[in-house]
Amino acid sequence: MISLKIAFRFLRSSRGQTILVIAGIAVGVAVQVFVGSLIGSLQTSLVDATVGRSSHVTVVPADGSPTIGGWGAMVTKIRGVDAVKTVSVAADSAAFIDKSGRTASVVVRGFVFEDANGIYRLDEALYEGSLPQTSMRVLVGKELKNDLNLRLSDTFDVITANASRFTVTIVGFYDLKVASLNRAWILANLPTSQSIFGFGNNVTSIETQVKEVFKADKVAVDIEAAISNSSVKVLDWKTQNQQLLSGLQGQSISSYMIQLFVLVSVVIAIASVLAIKVVQKSRQLGILKAMGISDRAASMVFLFEGLFLGIGGAIGGVLLGLFLLYGFSIGTANPDGTSLITIHIDYAFIVASGLVAILAATFAAVLPARRSSRLSPIEVIRSG
Amino acid sequence: MADVIELNHVDKVYTTGDISTQVLFDVNLAFEQGSFNSIIGQSGSGKSTLMNIIGTLDRPTKGEVIVDGRTTARMKKNELARLRNQTIGFVFQFHYLLPEFTAYENVLMPYWINDTKPPNKVRLRAEKLLDLVGLSKVKNNLATKMSGGQQQRTAIARSLINNPKIILADEPTGNLDSESSENIYRLFRDINKRLGTTFVIVTHNRKIAEETDRIVEIRDGKIFTDIRR
Repeated sequence: MISLKIAFRFLRSSRGQTILVIAGIAVGVAVQVFVGSLIGSLQTSLVDATVGRSSHVTVVPADGSPTIGGWGAMVTKIRGVDAVKTVSVAADSAAFIDKSGRTASVVVRGFVFEDANGIYRLDEALYEGSLPQTSMRVLVGKELKNDLNLRLSDTFDVITANASRFTVTIVGFYDLKVASLNRAWILANLPTSQSIFGFGNNVTSIETQVKEVFKADKVAVDIEAAISNSSVKVLDWKTQNQQLLSGLQGQSISSYMIQLFVLVSVVIAIASVLAIKVVQKSRQLGILKAMGISDRAASMVFLFEGLFLGIGGAIGGVLLGLFLLYGFSIGTANPDGTSLITIHIDYAFIVASGLVAILAATFAAVLPARRSSRLSPIEVIRSG
Repeated sequence: MADVIELNHVDKVYTTGDISTQVLFDVNLAFEQGSFNSIIGQSGSGKSTLMNIIGTLDRPTKGEVIVDGRTTARMKKNELARLRNQTIGFVFQFHYLLPEFTAYENVLMPYWINDTKPPNKVRLRAEKLLDLVGLSKVKNNLATKMSGGQQQRTAIARSLINNPKIILADEPTGNLDSESSENIYRLFRDINKRLGTTFVIVTHNRKIAEETDRIVEIRDGKIFTDIRR
């Protein structure tokens, strides 16, 4: 194709200009990749920290009833909802503990540990000891352990609201990376909690994690429909974290705005350079037209130039952007070497940024291409 | 021989704003296939305009232009482009090579416009044409790395690559020294004889015109004299 050949040669002959334009686009794409990835990563980390180790959709007793009975059937129905990843029941209640006269206010949580692992990743969080296998065995969080100077096999008393007292033995320590939880939660198996608080076979909540966290509100509706039981109500994390969500949304909007302006400046830069190029190359275009090149082929020269510049800029920009991200994660690492923000490389986003730049560059070439198409050979020949 | 170019009652008027200037007045002219012609006239006489109309680069305001038996009046821009590409070779005063390409590539350019992968036959033809104009040694030089005479000879080789029936040369030696000019006319004559290509050469130099078989003199946009020898 003659247009391709000419476009390539035009770019090659003005190498300095070509490199400059590609560098300009590359910087734009790099900013897009860097800012987009950084904000995306920040959001992922934030969401992960907020809801990663917690229930996304929770079934709790409806007003008036303290516990949920017949939960086995409900769990089966919830497991049948497609978007649900894990389901775990819990029997929780507030209590005090007493260790040799030192007391603390806690929440005793009774789990089926195999199920709870799906949400709380307790096997990862457990850093000493083992999960409770039998009754009246418990796990204690890192902060509470330090506060009360606890050790494995130590015992302490759990005092319930109605002043019943049960002695439990520590079989392990966990760290959920949230100090307030580490301080407040005493983890036991389901029968232990049920018997301490007199729940019988009932539970206090059914917790779930869903496949897509941002669809939790929709999944909640599905779960509600699936169990169709008026004795319970279904809560989702989104409804309960409106502030966080609007914060994330604001962040996304600012990220989109930055990306939009970068895109606009890339388009303007390419359009203006190519517009100058049409003037610079009008002599060549005039003679090509005299020799019989079609208007379409003459305009394609500039579309191809835009395309080549876009491809060059996109590749350069993606590489530069990844390099910036790498530099950022090294440069802002914590003293222990862990990075401040875990950078999640979203390949789809990066490919999309590159493609958008290529499209924008080609689009920017449309006006210069039209000018080239309209150029009459006689104007060039007459002006000498 | 049949006429390869025919102009019937051609007028050309240029309009800029409210001012109209008529450059050609009722021009009737025909050139035979294989003839060697010149158009002479003072600058401003309308000879270049006539040339551009013959070459379908410009359209007449009135009248008819027939090139190689085809009436051009109703042809679309792309059809005209194809006609030019296949039938007419241009040689302009200021060379008009593409500086981004080598001499050899410039010669191939009119062929490339239709097909960027020329067969061996065409590539050999480009080499032969460069040889004919004495540029074999500099064929891989960029246009900008050649002298004015070399560039002009490249333009001549280029005008011949598609075996056109007509060569239109507008002041082809206008900015060359007299020796180079003579060489180029000799070359034109040689090509005319060997390939039977029709030549129409616009010049203001009467001495050069006298070397051709027919001299058409334009004065004030009209044919003043038409001398065949």
